[in-house]
Amino acid sequence: MTVAASGPLLETEGLTRRFGGLTAVDHVDFQLFPGEIRALIGPNGAGKTTFVGLLSGRIPPSEGRVRFGGEDVTRLPAHARMARGMAYTFQITSVFANLSLFDNVALAVQRRLARGEGLEAETMAALDRVGLAGRARQTAGDLSYGHQRLLEIAMGLAQRPRLLILDEPTQGLSDGEIEGFKALVRDVAAEATVLLIEHNMDVVMSLATRITVLDMGARLAEGDPAAIHADAAVQRAYLGG
Amino acid sequence: MTGAAKPVGLHALVLAILLALHFVLPDYHHGVLARVLTLATFALGYNLMFGYTGLLSLGHALFFAAGLYGLGMPMQHLGWSAEVALPFGIAFAALLATGVGALALRTQGVAFMIVTLMFAQAGFLTLLYFNEFTRGDEGFVIAQEARSLFGISLADADARYIAALILFAVAMIATLILVRSPAGRVLVAIRENEERARMLGYDVARYKLLAIVASGAMCGAAGAAYGLLFGYVGATFASVQYSILPLLWVLLGGAGTVLGPLIGTAFMTYLIDLGSGLTDAYMLLAGAALVLLTLFAPAGLLGEVRKRWAGWLP
Ligand SMILES: Nc1ncnc2c1ncn2[C@@H]1O[C@H](COP(=O)(O)OP(=O)(O)O)[C@@H](O)[C@H]1O
Ligand SMILES: [Mg+2]
Repeated sequence: MTVAASGPLLETEGLTRRFGGLTAVDHVDFQLFPGEIRALIGPNGAGKTTFVGLLSGRIPPSEGRVRFGGEDVTRLPAHARMARGMAYTFQITSVFANLSLFDNVALAVQRRLARGEGLEAETMAALDRVGLAGRARQTAGDLSYGHQRLLEIAMGLAQRPRLLILDEPTQGLSDGEIEGFKALVRDVAAEATVLLIEHNMDVVMSLATRITVLDMGARLAEGDPAAIHADAAVQRAYLGG
Repeated sequence: MTGAAKPVGLHALVLAILLALHFVLPDYHHGVLARVLTLATFALGYNLMFGYTGLLSLGHALFFAAGLYGLGMPMQHLGWSAEVALPFGIAFAALLATGVGALALRTQGVAFMIVTLMFAQAGFLTLLYFNEFTRGDEGFVIAQEARSLFGISLADADARYIAALILFAVAMIATLILVRSPAGRVLVAIRENEERARMLGYDVARYKLLAIVASGAMCGAAGAAYGLLFGYVGATFASVQYSILPLLWVLLGGAGTVLGPLIGTAFMTYLIDLGSGLTDAYMLLAGAALVLLTLFAPAGLLGEVRKRWAGWLP
């Protein structure tokens, strides 16, 4: 562990992103501690995807800073942040559609293997964790939407990240698949900190150790699931009151 | 993983057949095939960038010509031996590719095509401008006595064929090794979904530069070898026609396949060769063949084979 037990794994200060006149993320101060499963919730257009885009380096900030593992990564390109132990799954499924499931996951594994030893075993293990090992030879583009989402998660796991960012991973999954997903995230949380954007409140309440609510780009509330559940401001934001 | 045995066996077989052809082909076809092998090496280099990395360049004549002139100019004007001029030509092309890559890779898609086209045009015009030294369009001939490597005269038809085959074999094996390596898999990943590759932690810009430098060096090697084997250096090889040709060869044979460039180059060369025997409008024939292939075999000849029957083809 490179992070002191007490320090945050990820921290933002005044993080802001404007698109023309619209401020999608508005001076957000945020801390995430090792071992958490943090849910990031908020109405559509609240700025959740933009916020994690700023964390991962996909989107450059207009203002503010991002620290990861105690290091200021604000100026680092996305690939360098991933190399430091972030993994990111897209809200809109983004896999290598023409490649096999095996090759998709192998690409996630091979970057951290110096000599390629164990590539096959680790790739199959990651596919196995999401229940897709039997389909390793299939072409990713031929999978159902739900299976593609699971493949994305396998690619995230295969990177052995310190921080796993999941953007609406249960969208399009069946109830059965959602139960499997919950078990998987609990399992992953033993090794990695998880930041989860999620609309399904049942998933949020049963998984999250802590919840952050974003509304109109700003942090509206933060607390444990019970506190957020009871929060009047959160209710208003969701009910549009 | 697909076993290595099948692909390695197939490519070894192709090289063995090419070697066997050396002993059985009549003189005329023997000469044509030596040229095809040299130009197929050019196509292999183009394929690294276009077929495997998904970067469509319209300026690869620049790298072929860099090798050709990088070898030819010092041999002609400074009296360099072929042993020195050949690696110099390749290094010159690689250096040029590094510079062009560093600038052109700031753009994407159509802009990338235009920028590479412009660089190649600038190279072409430079050759014409320094006409006094380059002999421009007219070109110059490298003296027969100078065209020898380690005491073997490459003006001799047999030696020339074997030299072309060695050049092609080295380029093909290098391609095979690269595309089966972890770096090669990243190039394919970039072609398939660049944003995804970046978010898996790959420095996409660095890999693209690697692809363009490797591609430029291979095309430069083809150009330098062409000068040495066929003894002619001329600005036509820097013209836009020679940027389009490798694209056509690769498209015909199958982009992103190791043997496609050879098949495409041979197919088109013989098509034009046969066509010009039949009619003056032989380019029309070539054009028609291209249209038909685009319609019925969009992945190219070998690309279709891979799609339908042989998914293991690298
Ligand atoms: N690339 C962009 N250009 C312009 N506006 C954008 C862009 N990305 C997001 N937005 C806007 O920023 C706001 C926040 O979007 P987003 O982060 O996707 O929200 P969420 O993920 O919470 O639904 C929305 O109003 C959206 O329209
Ligand atoms: Mg979103």
